[in-house]
Amino acid sequence: MIARFAAAALLSLSAGAAARADDMPVIKVEMRDGVILPALIEVPANTRFKLEIANTGQSPVEFESLELKREKALAAGSTSGIVFRTLDPGSYDVFDDFHPEAKAKLVAK
Amino acid sequence: MIGAFVIAFREVIEAGLIISIVLAATRGIPGRMRWVLLGVAGGLGGAALVALFAERISDAFEGSGQDLLNAAVLIVAVLLLIWHNTWMSKHGREMAGELRAAGEAVRSGQREAAALAIVVGAAILREGAELVLFLYGLVASGTSGADIQFGALAGVGTGVLLSAVSYLGLASIPARYVFTVTSVLITFLAAGLASQAAQFLANAGVVDILGHTVWNSSGLIAENSWTGRVLHALVGYTDRPTALQLAIYIATIVVMVVLMQWASADKRRAVRTA
Repeated sequence: MIARFAAAALLSLSAGAAARADDMPVIKVEMRDGVILPALIEVPANTRFKLEIANTGQSPVEFESLELKREKALAAGSTSGIVFRTLDPGSYDVFDDFHPEAKAKLVAK
Repeated sequence: MIGAFVIAFREVIEAGLIISIVLAATRGIPGRMRWVLLGVAGGLGGAALVALFAERISDAFEGSGQDLLNAAVLIVAVLLLIWHNTWMSKHGREMAGELRAAGEAVRSGQREAAALAIVVGAAILREGAELVLFLYGLVASGTSGADIQFGALAGVGTGVLLSAVSYLGLASIPARYVFTVTSVLITFLAAGLASQAAQFLANAGVVDILGHTVWNSSGLIAENSWTGRVLHALVGYTDRPTALQLAIYIATIVVMVVLMQWASADKRRAVRTA
């Protein structure tokens, strides 16, 4: 019963998401051995968007933001995305949890 | 080197604290070590798989795959911890009183150890995927120096050692009190895991209510400070909880306390009528 409910929820979720996938803005972020580029990541507020994070360095990285409650670990050379449903306008601190000196700001407008 | 040491140590400790509590809570169950080792092996294998397929998992369900997987793993762990505490409030005294040879207690004790082995596996799966990515990237890729590799491995070793010390600390509590202590620890642990699961579901867009932040205590105890990280692992501390996280946290504690009261009352009734 719970399993069927979960399956139905997932199915409707993925179907709904697929329909909207094309018009979702993609914002690219590059992480390279302790550097986050750009240092000021501009994203649209109050709308769906995808943060596409590429680890172009030689070491693993972990994109993290406590304010956004998001984290994503990436092996060297891999690329992955985080989808944001909606984000209030504002400035959010992000950092690389595997390179604590690497910091950036994500600004939603 | 210090950087690699700290990161590896930190990731190991987060799962290690959970495992040491589980080990203390299963004290006296025969054959529990086998179950716990099975949980550790399963968790590590799962973590390696998650790390290996990280990109594909991430892209599943239109970018929500990782959040949904994390939520599912945490929810399984929470349900088993709730069950454990309920079971313990009924059988804890038998376990503590060395009456464990009584047939029924042993049989249900095996189920209990199996359930907690799954919790161990879930904890390692959840925390371990990042560690596997980190270690694999540093040690196996061969692009970093020997000192960094040594630092990372020393971090793992120290983390395991400190987890063992915290287990020995819990295990040295007299048998009469140890299950009371572990029940309290597990209640907060489960509440913390449940609120994390709620946040993953919110990130995935499955839950879309109570998303506002209730308070910000990052000035007091920052979540990525050492204190913050230990509190996060143990009681689910977060410096900017959403209303949803807070509600789920409190609800989990209430449910667990009610079930434990009910189970121990049930036990007293059974003893009286027997």
